[in-house]
Amino acid sequence: MADISIRNVAKSYGKDSIMQGVNLEIRNREFVVILGPSGCGKSTLLRMIAGLEAITAGEIAIAGQVVNDLEPRQRGCAMVFQNYALYPHMTVAENIGYALKVAGVGRAERRAAVERVAQSVGLNEFLDRRPGQLSGGQRQRVAMARAIIREPRVFLFDEPLSNLDAKLRVQMRHEIRRIHNRIEATSVFVTHDQHEGMTLADRLVVMNKGTIEQVGTPEEIYDHPASVYVGGFIGSPAMNFLPGQVSAARAAVVLGDGQVLDLPRDVATAADGQLVQVGLRPEQLTIVAPGTAELQARVDFVEELGSGRLYHLLVEDLPLTVLSPDKHALRDGDAVGVTVRPDALHLFGAESGRRIDARGARVAAPQVVPA
Amino acid sequence: MRRAYFKANWIAALLVAPQLLIIFVFFYWPASQALYWSLTLEQPWGGGNTWVGFENFRTLLSDAYYWNSVRVSFVFAIASTALAMSMALVLALFADRQLRGYKFFRVGMIWPYAIAAPAVGLAFRFVFNPHAGILSYINEVLPGFWDPTVNGTQAVIMVVVAGAWKSIAYNFIFFLAALQSIPRSLIEASAMDGAGPMRRMRDLQLPLIAPTFFFILVINITDSFTDSFGIVDVLTGGGPARATDLLVYKIYADGFRGFDYSGAAAQSVILMVLVMALTFVQFRYIERRVHYT
Repeated sequence: MADISIRNVAKSYGKDSIMQGVNLEIRNREFVVILGPSGCGKSTLLRMIAGLEAITAGEIAIAGQVVNDLEPRQRGCAMVFQNYALYPHMTVAENIGYALKVAGVGRAERRAAVERVAQSVGLNEFLDRRPGQLSGGQRQRVAMARAIIREPRVFLFDEPLSNLDAKLRVQMRHEIRRIHNRIEATSVFVTHDQHEGMTLADRLVVMNKGTIEQVGTPEEIYDHPASVYVGGFIGSPAMNFLPGQVSAARAAVVLGDGQVLDLPRDVATAADGQLVQVGLRPEQLTIVAPGTAELQARVDFVEELGSGRLYHLLVEDLPLTVLSPDKHALRDGDAVGVTVRPDALHLFGAESGRRIDARGARVAAPQVVPA
Repeated sequence: MRRAYFKANWIAALLVAPQLLIIFVFFYWPASQALYWSLTLEQPWGGGNTWVGFENFRTLLSDAYYWNSVRVSFVFAIASTALAMSMALVLALFADRQLRGYKFFRVGMIWPYAIAAPAVGLAFRFVFNPHAGILSYINEVLPGFWDPTVNGTQAVIMVVVAGAWKSIAYNFIFFLAALQSIPRSLIEASAMDGAGPMRRMRDLQLPLIAPTFFFILVINITDSFTDSFGIVDVLTGGGPARATDLLVYKIYADGFRGFDYSGAAAQSVILMVLVMALTFVQFRYIERRVHYT
């Protein structure tokens, strides 16, 4: 059992506060991905769980035990570093077995454990090599093996795939998920890559500027982004935003250029008169003949993707992208219509940036599972 | 590494000329002169010399005073190197643990190395003075406890401490730089692997600074054989009873006080060969074991 409770954790370096009041409950055996741009505090949060970074305020508990004042080695966590952090003067076998050596495990038993773990990540042939003689992918495996051999309660990953090429990254991603499923550990994985986050996570934590923006399953976060920030960060190509104002009388949102998009009546009533940002995902919009759909636009330019096309449109002066597998014969400047499915329309407060849902209430700041 | 070649050889020659000139004037010329003198009997007031072959060397190697000097030099070299390196390493390990103002240390701590050896000797003459130095208080309680002007062992200790002090700062800077160049994540990884500070020092930091350690070792050994003249001259004058009569000091004493130019030249040649041999041995047998990539 190793659930992790992060309660009101803050971090500051001198006067610079880089993280404020973070709350997060990670359940036993869960795979949680912390996602955010560089500098959002995600790595710092991970390092505070590991014990490599002091906690300025609040507390972190692993399996019910507050670990604020425990040394890294007493926390039962293993970590995979971004640059692998392999010991350059030790062989692969020595690297993998180092934790056991420190723990005082006998030579024969250690050797057996190293071979078993090396086998499971496909490193048997390389046990006598030095890290300098390995490829990036192999080093990554050594770093994984070094973490696995300790049979940790908690697995911490600090952007472990960002130094690999694209193909290897996908392969290692699958391998990490497989290892997680096989080992009875809780995994916390930090990345700035939304694909990694979406594909790996049981639950996704989106961070921004030292706070948690949203916590949820990848699906929840994609379908119901809690803020403009999350909406724009998750999804590729990025979500479109058009400013407008809600009108209860017309049960719609009126865009800047006077175009109207229908809203469910309860939403429109609850948010009447509010200035909003309308979020539209490119892949949920459809291009149709001009005049036959909700939204009228002009073609700015078109990008060919092979599997489909990315249409860059203009609504008045505002950019709107539409991703479609259909290859329409359109020329720059052509007028088109854009269909907006009601469930594809996300409404955010223009000032607060928070989602406005069916109840008209702004979704509360970070959704936190109560302790 | 990419190498660049000059098309015209004379440009290359011109570029290395100043360096070659300096090495020639200050090393090859005097060294060959010393070699020549060591094979002749040179008259102290000028007036020609006589070829004697290896007679000077034969005389030296059968001289008990010379062998004493060799022994004292090795004791001094080993002791002062060990002291200077261990002290510097301990200080650097402490400084590396939590370090702010690293740049200040780097500049601030290098100064002892810049002080001329006689000045160091003079300072330690006060420090170790049996009547006025720090140990004079013990002398008040136990008369005669500390007197390096009489006790040979104490004289050696004094010279060793003074010699080591001068190198500690220099060694410290290098050790600290080497420790700082170890990626932080390696230390963190070993902390995650359960290693405490002492364990990390033994398993990670020391092996990873081995190349620097080796470099410092060569420099310190070489320095202690060749660069200890000023300290001995000011602190003990080679005494008492030749207890601190280091090779390099004996060369000076025999040559310029005893006017035995040829004997001194022969000693210089031996010292030169000795230092070259030591360096060679260190490179050949130690350096090979310190590279890990």
